[in-house]
Amino acid sequence: MTTRILALAALILGLLATPALAQYVDQPLSDSALERRAQALHKDIRCLVCQNQAISDSNASLAKQLRVVVRERIEAGDNDAEVKSYLVDRYGDWVLMRPPLNASTLILWIGPFVILAFVLGGTAVFVLRRRRQQQAGTAPLDAQEEARLAKILDDHV
Amino acid sequence: MRLRYLLPGIVFLVVAVVLGVGLTLKPREIPSALIGKPVPEFVLPAVEGRTGQFSTADLKTGSPVLVNVFASWCGPCRQEHPLFMELARTTDITIYGLNQRDAPADAARWLETFGDPYDKTGADFDGRASIDWGVYGVPETFVVDGSGCIQFKHISVLTRDVLEEEILPRLRGEKHVPCTP
Repeated sequence: MTTRILALAALILGLLATPALAQYVDQPLSDSALERRAQALHKDIRCLVCQNQAISDSNASLAKQLRVVVRERIEAGDNDAEVKSYLVDRYGDWVLMRPPLNASTLILWIGPFVILAFVLGGTAVFVLRRRRQQQAGTAPLDAQEEARLAKILDDHV
Repeated sequence: MRLRYLLPGIVFLVVAVVLGVGLTLKPREIPSALIGKPVPEFVLPAVEGRTGQFSTADLKTGSPVLVNVFASWCGPCRQEHPLFMELARTTDITIYGLNQRDAPADAARWLETFGDPYDKTGADFDGRASIDWGVYGVPETFVVDGSGCIQFKHISVLTRDVLEEEILPRLRGEKHVPCTP
């Protein structure tokens, strides 16, 4: 019994000691409303090391560190936009999972729609042209062609 | 009529050129948001066994300097280290070392083992200063002009090519980017 209690005490002590050693403690904020905001922001911030993950999904140490920084900014009273601009000032628009619409990202946002418009336009032109050809049918033969046709038929019969 | 037959060729060429240019880009290297910006405010103690501090004031002395972010846990740092040793030995370029998230004893041992090319070192234990500098990988090397304005950042191992083509000209004051606070 005493050994079990000792083991439990050692375990608890161990758990307490670990965060104290870490330089960044990745712990939720005590205020649940602020923590919800922090977690929502974590999903919008790109992990710069792993690049296709948000910091909410990444185990990289920089991601951990940035999660803590986001919580600190929120606790300091920053609104969501201020937290983002704090990080954008240091890492550029890259740090956002959803890049903002500006001159350098215009192609990124508009490009797919431009390509779609080209494809739809091309298809429409093709279909319309084809339909017009079908509707027009074949033009009647003129006199000269009638004569040639008659001659060919005569030759064969 | 002839355009109709040329069109697929033209489309192919455009796509090939765009993709070809895309292949030369390095998507892992995120351009620094701090080029043309003043260096962040920071004060860091020297790496263990050294005296003094490394701070913002050191970067506003009138002459351009290099700031190299390094750590003992960073393998590639060892690869570029001889180049910094050579610069320290053969030139009078001022080189500062920002030691990122290192155990004090490890950093000191690393500099003793491989040599210390730095005029000053700053130990960024918790990585705060590194975040302010927009550092996301180690090693990174910054060129800062005499007024404390960040001119250039190289990410990953510094090579002789990058040193000669990008860094030395900027240290001489070429390719200067005006500062916008």
